[in-house]
Amino acid sequence: MKTFPWITIRPKHVRFSLRIDRRLPRVGLLVGLLVLAIMIINMGVGEYKISPLDVVKTLLGMETGDPQHVLIVRTLRLPRMLLSALVGLALGTSGALLQGLTRNPLADPSIMGINTGAGLVAVVLTILVRDFPARWIPVAAFAGALVAAGLMYVLAWRKGGDSPMRLILIGVGLSAVGSAVTTLVITIGNIYDVQRAMIWLTGSVYGRSWADFWAFAPWVAIAVPLAWFQARQLNSLHLGEDVALGLGVSVGRQRAWILLIAVALAGASVAVAGVISFVGLIAPHVARRLVGTDHTGLVPTAGMLGALLLVAADWIGRTIAAPNEIPCGLVTAVIGVPFFLTMLYQHAKTK
Amino acid sequence: MLATDTLTLGYDGPNILDQLSITLPAGQITALIGPNGCGKSTLLRGLARLIKPKHGAVVLDGHDVQRIPTRQLATQLGILPQNPVAPEGLTVRELVAQGRYPHQRWFQQWSAADEQAVRSALEITNMVELADRAVDALSGGQRQRAWIAMTLAQETDIILLDEPTTFLDLAHQVEVLQLLEQLNRQSGRTIVMVVHDLNHATRHADHVIALRAGVVQAAGSPREVITPSLLRAVFGIEAEVIPDPRSGVPLCIPYGLCAAEPTDTLYADAVGSRA
Repeated sequence: MKTFPWITIRPKHVRFSLRIDRRLPRVGLLVGLLVLAIMIINMGVGEYKISPLDVVKTLLGMETGDPQHVLIVRTLRLPRMLLSALVGLALGTSGALLQGLTRNPLADPSIMGINTGAGLVAVVLTILVRDFPARWIPVAAFAGALVAAGLMYVLAWRKGGDSPMRLILIGVGLSAVGSAVTTLVITIGNIYDVQRAMIWLTGSVYGRSWADFWAFAPWVAIAVPLAWFQARQLNSLHLGEDVALGLGVSVGRQRAWILLIAVALAGASVAVAGVISFVGLIAPHVARRLVGTDHTGLVPTAGMLGALLLVAADWIGRTIAAPNEIPCGLVTAVIGVPFFLTMLYQHAKTK
Repeated sequence: MLATDTLTLGYDGPNILDQLSITLPAGQITALIGPNGCGKSTLLRGLARLIKPKHGAVVLDGHDVQRIPTRQLATQLGILPQNPVAPEGLTVRELVAQGRYPHQRWFQQWSAADEQAVRSALEITNMVELADRAVDALSGGQRQRAWIAMTLAQETDIILLDEPTTFLDLAHQVEVLQLLEQLNRQSGRTIVMVVHDLNHATRHADHVIALRAGVVQAAGSPREVITPSLLRAVFGIEAEVIPDPRSGVPLCIPYGLCAAEPTDTLYADAVGSRA
């Protein structure tokens, strides 16, 4: 008999056992190394070029012979790189939760209205309430994401029962309304305000500092492990509402909790980096190819792939049109749209 | 023992079951029968706390199931809903392992007992050979066996099944029913199932409950319940009931529909004439 597709850690004489997906360590190591490599290369590119070796030396606190390196690498570029990895991790994790929750491989924070809610609030505050303090906009954007998700929850679940399609349709509907209002506000705003608002709508990690990083890191440090612990519940929910109830999952409470974690991650990401679409869609999808449908492997893998995707997008954005910089949100959209269409096509073909 | 006490169930709109009080004998196979829309699936879902009662209660060993923590209840009572759908690519082994959910905690994710329960569930259902295949790539009968294996891995004394043989061909129907019978005989599990085929009910169940329009028309052994007058009253069919040549259980042979729609009065007449 073949064995179970996971590694079991089960010390003798202790009432404790842990289950780790068999493919997770290898995939995790590989993706982790790739993220690290791209970050190191990316820290060397830009107006002031630094070789990868010097980047590593600077990071490790060794002398490189150029006193500028410490400032450029450790103060200017490192926080941005780390932030992009964390935002990618948050978005990938959030997408995996939402796809598991809705049992729909096309779900992601942007399709489900969460990003639109955050973007709309940011745009309205920037353009209509012109003297709203800029540093409170992330908080307000986060609140916008929460409100949008709350609306989704009430409209789609409170009465709708177990219908992933209903959820997606309501999400698409809410997004459309949100985008329409956003566009309206943009057309009536003055050009300077609109330009500031646009930064929100095309997500970017440009110019982010250590302060931004430390504001965002706690969200990830708390919500991502919580997400991992929801993996078993997600596995049960994935079998359908009735089966999950029969297995003893408190479906309503569990769903609300998982949705809250997903929204916290997506909302905090929008607050710090603006609307970055498709990472939450692509990362879980590729993760499913790599480690299968079991959420104990899928959720962490999707997170790491999200980090890889965003770090890579930022690198592409910084190099492809140098010396101009393309926001990473635009890069993910350019990669994401064909990906989304291919998925839709394959989805339609298998049906 | 599982029972209902003046149980009233319904979704939005009129009640489907009204003030129903029944008992499901422990250690036996009970079949719920009745025409479409009679409330038998609703009753089964109610028994498994998938629907909250509007009034009354489902009682398990003297306790209202709504008051038992859902995860604890899941170690006593398992339910296999109608037509469950497995996620794409999920293997049989992974599916069956999910039956262990109510026995697990975040610090106890995969105990030796979990492993043993899954292995034996795979063996009993004869799914060992297919354990690493994707559930969605199996035939209907194999898929149903995989789901039953998941319910078995839950290791509950009571198993509820909603139309476990629907959409299966004849051989697979027999296979599933024999499996359920074996589970009941070997480990004394209480099994409650909704079935459409009356002859399945008579051959494999110890106890039959016949419902029409949310009301119990008869309950008892197949011999007591399956009679021409009951079939007329519950299903509106004219049928001959003869003893099965091998086992002697009643065998129902439908010949046609009753002239008029059956009514409660008609059934009262039928019962009256029999009495």
